[in-house]
Amino acid sequence: MAVITYREALRAAMREELKRDDKVVLMGEEVAQFNGAYKVTEGLLKEFGPKRVVDTPISEAGFIGLGIGASMLGIRPVMELMFWSFSYVAFDQIVNNAGNIRYMSGGLINCPIVIRGPANGGTNVGATHSHTPEAILASHPGIKVVCPATPYDAKGLLKAAIRDNDPVYVMENTILYNDKGEVPDEDYIVPLGVADVKREGADLTIVAHGRAVITSLKAAEVLEKEHGVSVEVVDLRSIRPLDEETILASVRKTHRALLVEENKPFCGVDAQVAYLIQSKAFDELDAPIHRVSSIDAPQIYCKRLEDQQLPDVNRVVREALKVLA
Amino acid sequence: MAKPAVLTHPESLKRPAGPSEYAKDPVNASMSKAEKIALYTKMARIRHFEQRCIRIYQQGKIGGFLHLYVGQEAVAAGTISLLGKHDHIITGYRDHGHGLMVGMGMNECMAELTGRVTGCSQGKGGSMHYFAPDKNYWGGHGIVGGQAPLGTGLAYAVKYMGLKGSCLAYMGDGAVNQGAVHEAYNLAALWDLPMIFVIENNGYSMGTSQERSTAHPGCLAKRAEGYGMAWDVINGHDVYEVRAKTAIALKRAHEESKPTVLEIFTYRYFGHSMADPDKTYRDKDEIKEYRDKKDPVLLFEQELLREKILTPELSQEINDAAMAEADKAAVFADESPDPTLADVTKHIYWEEDNRGPDTTSRGTIIFE
Repeated sequence: MAVITYREALRAAMREELKRDDKVVLMGEEVAQFNGAYKVTEGLLKEFGPKRVVDTPISEAGFIGLGIGASMLGIRPVMELMFWSFSYVAFDQIVNNAGNIRYMSGGLINCPIVIRGPANGGTNVGATHSHTPEAILASHPGIKVVCPATPYDAKGLLKAAIRDNDPVYVMENTILYNDKGEVPDEDYIVPLGVADVKREGADLTIVAHGRAVITSLKAAEVLEKEHGVSVEVVDLRSIRPLDEETILASVRKTHRALLVEENKPFCGVDAQVAYLIQSKAFDELDAPIHRVSSIDAPQIYCKRLEDQQLPDVNRVVREALKVLA
Repeated sequence: MAKPAVLTHPESLKRPAGPSEYAKDPVNASMSKAEKIALYTKMARIRHFEQRCIRIYQQGKIGGFLHLYVGQEAVAAGTISLLGKHDHIITGYRDHGHGLMVGMGMNECMAELTGRVTGCSQGKGGSMHYFAPDKNYWGGHGIVGGQAPLGTGLAYAVKYMGLKGSCLAYMGDGAVNQGAVHEAYNLAALWDLPMIFVIENNGYSMGTSQERSTAHPGCLAKRAEGYGMAWDVINGHDVYEVRAKTAIALKRAHEESKPTVLEIFTYRYFGHSMADPDKTYRDKDEIKEYRDKKDPVLLFEQELLREKILTPELSQEINDAAMAEADKAAVFADESPDPTLADVTKHIYWEEDNRGPDTTSRGTIIFE
């Protein structure tokens, strides 16, 4: 088992899938000659050539739409968005076309396309480049969304996404790209819709996804060391499909839930998770559910404040203690 | 805006309609009598299908929007009659004519309009969303211009797989101002895709005339020059001219893998959709002028009568049969069952519809 970065894990997933299936094509801005704006695709042009690894113009509606059209004929495009924030200029393609064509054709067509790239704040780049659209996109039936938090999950989920016959949108995080973790050498996938208990505990369940998982794990350590509380951290990994059973099983064990995400609070992923818990495990709860989200404002540029706008360890600990009170 | 000094319109449109100047073009001259009659029959079938739709709509049996193709038949008929095994098509929401041309049946098309499970999309798409991928027909798209990038993707896939084919992406004149269309133009030209963009210019983007919507250098197709693409203008009332000029673009796609923009001048007799009372933006005289003098079905009928391929009796027979077929389809659409409530949540995800040992996803994907 090798220890590699989140970035290398994504690259390994693409390399293995490019080798496995000659219908897999990588496309995006700067993915080939430039070696990737965030170096995720570094070296893949050299290894696979310009037919398989393709630079596109800055033209998201055009090239994402092209990928969707190609997928209808059986090509398996893996499209990189330099930022998921840029998906907003391609929204019609991403939602109306990729998300609806199977349904509107009565099941005659499917779009085996992957769109991937970073979707996170916290990088001091202002509001236009800091969107986290997982909840927005997952609210559309026809679309799948995953948010890996670790190198293992990044590789396994991306490989599953590429083999999946529906549109799967993989939302990464630039702050995690250099995080290291153990990744098996042999072929594996992480199926979509399977959450992972990243830390077992008895007193409180924290449900999180993406980088909020890492923040929550740190908070869990503080809670244990400084407050003697045993915290279970459930990493959703996949937003749609959603592993409801793992969330409910954890809540049935701890009877208390704190939901942490880097989205803004209104209609965030955790609004759905909170509804799920009250709907299917209301009698199990010993305290109201609490949430920690980003402070509800467009992403602020000022780095000192942006770090506080996102959920941090202190805020998670503080809110956890309220649930435990 | 200053009007362009010179309008770049098809030469044949500047003269009164008469015998087609393109009858002797090899692509038309090489057609057998049976092929010509079949082409006329298909145009007549589109005409009668659409006219039958009006009655059903007026009876309140068709919901949503209904965009009719009456007047534009020669565009779909001329272009699609040239296509082979690896040529694909995609269009906007005025999509019935293309569907019938690729060989979809009147029954499945009509039943889709009334929202029946026997419809081509099982009642899930409606008028704007016909699909027949087995016939290389990829829709049927509701958002103006949104199909253009998808079309470039089909052309890209054809080229990637090393096939000698193409994609024809149809759009209306209103679509040419959408950014997605320009992005598709750029990609098609940049990557040498075997692509034909077909602008079906009926003069009006909904209720806004071309003069009030579009800055252009003489015609809409000429914008292709900005992308280094070939272009042509076509008289869309003459199916022979449509075939002759489209054949050149198709050859360019097949043999050079180069894109073309074709602007086909046509006209719709009814409103933008049935929801458009058609009273505010054009004269009835204008519609009458087109109906009387440039009707594409009538002109082709006259052409074939002159060629002694068609007789008045045979024409009557063809039209009667098309009307009877449309009537039967209307009954079929009326009597077919609706999809069930359980069908509402089917055909959302391939992996859910085809669960097996290799299924890559688990968990809850349809929510309460």
